[in-house]
Amino acid sequence: MTKFFATIVLLLGILSGPALAVQPDEILKDPALEARARAISAGLRCLVCQNQSIDDSDATVARDLRILIREQLVKNQTDEQVVSFVVERYGDYVLLKPRLTAKTMILWFTPFLVVLLGGFYLLRARKTQAPVHDQLSDAEKAALEAILRK
Amino acid sequence: MIIEIGHFALVLALAVAAYQTIVPQWGAWRNDGPLMASGRVAALLQVLLIGLAFVALTHAYLTSDFSVMNVAENSHSDKPLIYKISGVWGNHEGSMLLWVFILAIFGAAVALFGSNLPATLKARILSVQGSIGLAFLIFLVASSNPFLRLLPAPIEGNGLNPILQDPALAFHPPFLYAGYVGLSIAFSFAVAALIEGRVDAAWARWVRPWTLVSWALLTIGIGMGAWWAYYELGWGGFWFWDPVENASFMPWLVATALLHSAIVVEKRGALKIWTILLSILAFSLSLVGTFLVRSGVLTSVHAFAVDPARGVFILAILAVFIGGSLTLFALRAPSLKAGGLFATVSREGGLVLNNLLLSAACAAVFIGTLYPLALETLTGEKISVGAPYFNLTFGPIFMPLLLLVPLGPMLTWKRADVMASLRRLWWAAAAALALTLVVLALVLRGPWLAPLGVALGFWLMLGSAAELVQRIGLGSQPLNIVWARLKGLPRSAFGTALAHGGLGLLVIGVIILSLWKEEHIVSIKPGEQIPVAGYSVLFKGIEPLHGPNYDGRLGRFEITRSGALVKEVVSEKRLFRPRGMPTTEVGLLQAFWGDVYVVLGDEGANGAHVVRASFNPMASFIWLGAFVMFLGGLLSLTDRRLRIGVPKRAAVAAVPQAAE
Repeated sequence: MTKFFATIVLLLGILSGPALAVQPDEILKDPALEARARAISAGLRCLVCQNQSIDDSDATVARDLRILIREQLVKNQTDEQVVSFVVERYGDYVLLKPRLTAKTMILWFTPFLVVLLGGFYLLRARKTQAPVHDQLSDAEKAALEAILRK
Repeated sequence: MIIEIGHFALVLALAVAAYQTIVPQWGAWRNDGPLMASGRVAALLQVLLIGLAFVALTHAYLTSDFSVMNVAENSHSDKPLIYKISGVWGNHEGSMLLWVFILAIFGAAVALFGSNLPATLKARILSVQGSIGLAFLIFLVASSNPFLRLLPAPIEGNGLNPILQDPALAFHPPFLYAGYVGLSIAFSFAVAALIEGRVDAAWARWVRPWTLVSWALLTIGIGMGAWWAYYELGWGGFWFWDPVENASFMPWLVATALLHSAIVVEKRGALKIWTILLSILAFSLSLVGTFLVRSGVLTSVHAFAVDPARGVFILAILAVFIGGSLTLFALRAPSLKAGGLFATVSREGGLVLNNLLLSAACAAVFIGTLYPLALETLTGEKISVGAPYFNLTFGPIFMPLLLLVPLGPMLTWKRADVMASLRRLWWAAAAALALTLVVLALVLRGPWLAPLGVALGFWLMLGSAAELVQRIGLGSQPLNIVWARLKGLPRSAFGTALAHGGLGLLVIGVIILSLWKEEHIVSIKPGEQIPVAGYSVLFKGIEPLHGPNYDGRLGRFEITRSGALVKEVVSEKRLFRPRGMPTTEVGLLQAFWGDVYVVLGDEGANGAHVVRASFNPMASFIWLGAFVMFLGGLLSLTDRRLRIGVPKRAAVAAVPQAAE
């Protein structure tokens, strides 16, 4: 058995769970190709599971899909082609990262709109608010003098 | 008989909750001392009654009384004692009973420890708290009664979901629930303050310790959940952006924001309206979380309750409390006076930015969790929102926040100089970069995000240390003055440094584990070994396994390093008897630099077994980080100013007749 290093390369994989569902017989000989297969699998939903990617799931359907992806990769398909191949058969539901369409605009943009609109509102509120006084007024100075002299 | 007593106590608690909702509130309107004071008695009585009900149900579980439907459906006489106890809340009815029990405990705590609160405010807080209890008690008695009998009683019960039969999972719900429900106190304080029409520094000081308790409990609860997922689910992952996880994460994010904004109200009298809104939102998200988990609206890995009728009931509770409190907010908020002016660049400004980013991060989690449900309900179209979405939305919002954390405490109140603050942090930044370079020199692989994450983690830890060093004058003052300052430093300063530093540990653990994990999936026979990150995992053999309520097989492995035995670990495949459900027990070697994680897989041809062995670098830092954050919360809680409450002068100035 050749040594095999499976490093998961995710696009922005900060908090992704790694996989242990992959079986030894599925693994491709070429580590680069296998790494791509793992990255693609992590983005596809296991359709019979609840909220698991096919990379995480040990369901038969997930296994079939993993093998399908590897077959496509071996045929020299690009990552995008492989994903479209799967989406054509199973629909958009299979994508864990929803495509940006009219229906998912709200989903994708709301978090950033909160930052932008919130920031805009705060800055505007600052401008309309009374400025922070740099200097004491004459009355305040007099009052301060009186206190200090005591 | 004991069950009937418990049932009766529960119904009685409902009546007491109704009293607690109405009478103290009325008393506060009429300024009637005895009526207001009766709220205290009601709150204490309520905790006793619900406690009695809880004990009765626990007794039924301990004695395996299968004539109780709830016990028959969720327990089994073979189950080990600790899972008989945890089985009480390992199901829908029992967990809701635990929920109202913790709610009542918090209500009673306000009644007992809130002696320095103004009488009307206290009466109103207890009344709001009572109304939440009332709503959930009606829910319990009407549609989720844990005390229903089953006749004839079966000989044996169905058993607890095997995946829940684990110490960390068994005891993380009470922590999470305490965190969730603890936010009800901030909510009650906010609603009471809106009814009173007054929010001041004293209010913020009263509300802060409760938020701190909830935050600390949520932190440790989520940490335990992640730890459980890590070693029990057998995938080696610890966070899946599962809706149920998100349900606990959203209140945590808002509680974190609340914790910070309440500081501004307390110290400077600003951000009052926003803080009130956050208090309402924090508990509203707890309710949303309860709805998501309890209604079965999403069936996910964790959800173990599926009953749409109940969902409608919780939804109604949601509508009443969230809608009601927000309406009250809209009516009353404009009359609250804003106070405390500050420049854009100032400690206050920094905390506002913290709140903005935390709210946006929470919005990302919220919409990612609920949008697929909304879309499916409205259009019938199904989409999936998983980890990649959250990495692309939550990530870019949270990263800058993490980057700014060490800067915040360096800013001065009212008006600050960013450059001056950064100058005080230069050595922390330099040291973080140097350490990152050292790490990179040792391990140079993986995506560009890895070094960034490591640098961020070091920056957080060193930045928090820098704040303490700065405050005690280490390096700039003689040692005796440093010592005197160190002793004089409030505990909350150490709490802040610990919480921020713990966050740094967590970030390092999360990033390194996610990006530098080494994994081997092989099919091997006994006697063969797998090399993993300098270790060698020797497969010794397979044995049959017979547990108290499961059978299966176990694999023995020897983990060696340069020929020397480090640890012998066992990975088990369990098949639980009553339901025939399989679970995996991971063979785990925990070490400072990383864990060796061994999982026994399926049996293959001619005696070979699939074995997954991985090296999870820095995994312990995640749990350690969460624990340090929890400790930071506890330490802040013991701060003198929270312990002794509000200074007399402030209380007298606010309410002349405050004495009870």
